[in-house]
Amino acid sequence: MNNIAIELRGIDKSFGLVHANRNINLRVRKGTIHGIIGENGAGKSTLMSILYGFYQADNGEILVDGKPVSIRDPNAAISVGIGMVHQHFMLVENFTVLENVMLGAEDSQILNKGIAKARQELKRLEKEYALEVNPDALIEELPVGLQQRVEILKALYRRADILILDEPTGVLTPAEADHLFRILGQLKAQGKTIILITHKLREIMAITDEVSVMRRGEMVATRTTRETSVEELAELMVGRRVLLRVEKGESNPGDVKLAVQGLTVKDSRGVTMVDNVSFDVRAGEIVGIAGVAGNGQSELLEAIAGIRKAASGTVLLNGRPVDVTGNADAAELRGRGLAHVPEDRHHVGLVLKFEECENAILGYHHDPRFANGMFLNIDAIRKDAEEKIAKYDIRPPNARLRTANFSGGNQQKVVLAREMERDPDVLIIGQPTRGVDVGAIEFIHKRIIEMRDQGKAVLLVSVELDEIRSLSDRILVMFAGRVVGERSPEATEGELGLLMAGVEGRKEAAE
Amino acid sequence: MSTPYAKLPGWVEYGLIPLINLAVAFLVAGLVVLLVGENPLEAAYHLINGAFGRGEYIGFTLYYATTFIFTGLAVAVAFHAGLFNIGGEGQAYVGGIGVALACLWLDQTMPWYVVFPLAIVGSAFFGALWAFLPGWLQAKRGSHIVITTIMFNFIASSLMVYLLTRVLKPLGSMAPQTRTFAEGGQLPKLDWLLSIFGLNIGTAPFNISFLLALAAAFAVWVLIWRTRLGYEMRTMGHSPSAARYAGISESRITVVAMMISGGLAGMMALNPIMGEQFRMQLDFVQGAGFVGIAVALMGRSHPGGIIPAAILFGVLYQGGAEIAFEMPSISRDMIVIIQGLVILFAGALENMFRPAITRAFSARGQRAAAVVQTKGA
Repeated sequence: MNNIAIELRGIDKSFGLVHANRNINLRVRKGTIHGIIGENGAGKSTLMSILYGFYQADNGEILVDGKPVSIRDPNAAISVGIGMVHQHFMLVENFTVLENVMLGAEDSQILNKGIAKARQELKRLEKEYALEVNPDALIEELPVGLQQRVEILKALYRRADILILDEPTGVLTPAEADHLFRILGQLKAQGKTIILITHKLREIMAITDEVSVMRRGEMVATRTTRETSVEELAELMVGRRVLLRVEKGESNPGDVKLAVQGLTVKDSRGVTMVDNVSFDVRAGEIVGIAGVAGNGQSELLEAIAGIRKAASGTVLLNGRPVDVTGNADAAELRGRGLAHVPEDRHHVGLVLKFEECENAILGYHHDPRFANGMFLNIDAIRKDAEEKIAKYDIRPPNARLRTANFSGGNQQKVVLAREMERDPDVLIIGQPTRGVDVGAIEFIHKRIIEMRDQGKAVLLVSVELDEIRSLSDRILVMFAGRVVGERSPEATEGELGLLMAGVEGRKEAAE
Repeated sequence: MSTPYAKLPGWVEYGLIPLINLAVAFLVAGLVVLLVGENPLEAAYHLINGAFGRGEYIGFTLYYATTFIFTGLAVAVAFHAGLFNIGGEGQAYVGGIGVALACLWLDQTMPWYVVFPLAIVGSAFFGALWAFLPGWLQAKRGSHIVITTIMFNFIASSLMVYLLTRVLKPLGSMAPQTRTFAEGGQLPKLDWLLSIFGLNIGTAPFNISFLLALAAAFAVWVLIWRTRLGYEMRTMGHSPSAARYAGISESRITVVAMMISGGLAGMMALNPIMGEQFRMQLDFVQGAGFVGIAVALMGRSHPGGIIPAAILFGVLYQGGAEIAFEMPSISRDMIVIIQGLVILFAGALENMFRPAITRAFSARGQRAAAVVQTKGA
């Protein structure tokens, strides 16, 4: 009995009509990594929020080390040894690492004493778990992978024995993710218990000992990781068989629809983000841009979409120039057949406080179908939204629900439905499946390939190398703002990885 | 995790919580009354009686409410576009020029129903003009609208002093005000509306601009939720980055939203100038522009909330005056304190009791669920 770190018995939680958790039972053995997978909206985050004291369960009990505990708030969770690393970091950006780790655990009103103690403790933790971070670095200057490490340190500093990680790799590069897994292995070896929430099956297979699958608020299965397979888990998650590999035929490229020539983009501080980039996208092909996040892909997309002003260069859309260095605006480009699925759906692609149907016309609200003169045609807008909801299987199927209440995958479908159903000539897509569940990924990938087969020119930016490789007909790799190479999708991951790291590219550019 | 508070039933959210906030505000106000050695129950009686006790009192309450509906709507419209227009005071003040010009020009030759539409256009025009400048400065020069609108309140004040002492004042008069308008510059009272309910309006200046305020509230609702412009304003108010993505011009929306906001504030001038004083006086706005901020906050920037909030402030103004009259140890300043407490509890501390109420309701939900379960077993 004593080797159970955490046990949940009959946890039940409803939000109004939504039954988020139904009679959940879960046992996590001490000193193991326990994965919890499920599609977005399956109830994983709710369950973990109950465990961490953000919500109270309507029913059921939580046992830590065999003893029933009441977790009324995060402080209570910390006092029984549960620590959490959130998907969106809870760090003060202009504080140092040390200050962030101490925050809320200062011990006394006078900081000096605490600081010395914290510094010592931090040093010990770093050594024990191989978590090197400079304690005096400012958070805003650290890369994402290190910021996450600070979150882990925060939990350990508060003497957490059970660590919950919520979608920890969503923001990491492949190398950073590997490093994180090594750290988790180390923590496990030291006897810590880790609960890993993710929807990435590969991660589950790679590092967990046991895995529990949630579907629609229920815990449908728990498996020993060694004895299960990706296929079985995917089926358990979605409730039906899923195609994990994208099936696509030969591409059939036609005329050049989008031509980018010598495009240079600078950020507000004058730093060059996109450096003299040129490429074409033809009708009926998908051009993928691979690269580690932050190498200029976002700025490139924004400049082409008319959201960000370029410093120099030209862009031709359907053979006609776009005023990218001047007054190009997104509305004009939409009118000329460019559709844009932005990388950041929360702040750019959607207004989360709007009803779903209001978001379904964002950017197209000048369309005479949706507006008679100055008035919106609410009936037409709702009817159109309902058609898209049906066609893209957006759940829950309620056009009047606040967009914030949809899961990530369904929000993304709202954006995709809006942009794809306009029958554009050129479709540019950033991170099509970021924070999206397996079932929806399959659907989204299929739709992108359908767009290609209908003769659209598709420009795809993603930090998921797998996605780029399986969807693209040609792959461009960006590093430090420049396109450092073009490869076919048959290129190996290693080859692309070297280009992404800027190693091969320099050689190639020199030649 | 994203919602700090669980969702509450509608009647709790929009009924119970505001009522509790209001009750606490009055409770604390009662303590203040107690502190100066007066009976809070008596004060409460005078407040309610002073606001509703007679047809005349109701007329005064609604007269004040009319003013606050206009200024509340003005703040709300800008707020939907993410702009905090603090300049309602100055815009209303300058809006008075439009009313005065229309009346001075035509009051002796035309009936009110000719002068009134012209005065509406004039007040909206001058109010919009006064808001256009800060809007334009923010759109083109990046000057923050909160700062510029506050400064424009002072400029408006000085400008009006100049106009009322030099330009619009009749020759030989010593008062800083225009001449009194003839019949054409006087709005008809809504005595018939009150008499439907068997009430007598007495001397209350409750006039036809109340109906204009209601129409404006409806128009604002249509604008915000049923027009393309309103959609663009809300998009920008919620997420400027999404607005840029949608190709919505930030500077255009800033200027247009400010002008509509200023226009509504300007129309407030119709009520005191054509409805009560029949002339434009110095300082006729009397802080109504600032009360509009509280009204918009309390009404959640929705016309359906602004009208009751405006009436509540009408009650505080009218009933408050009655308290000051009946209970001499409670001065006019005390009434301002009470009004401040209402703003504090209903606006600023709106969420103070929410956690407790949420807990109470989730506990109730749990008990209900437990009952269902034992029945099931």
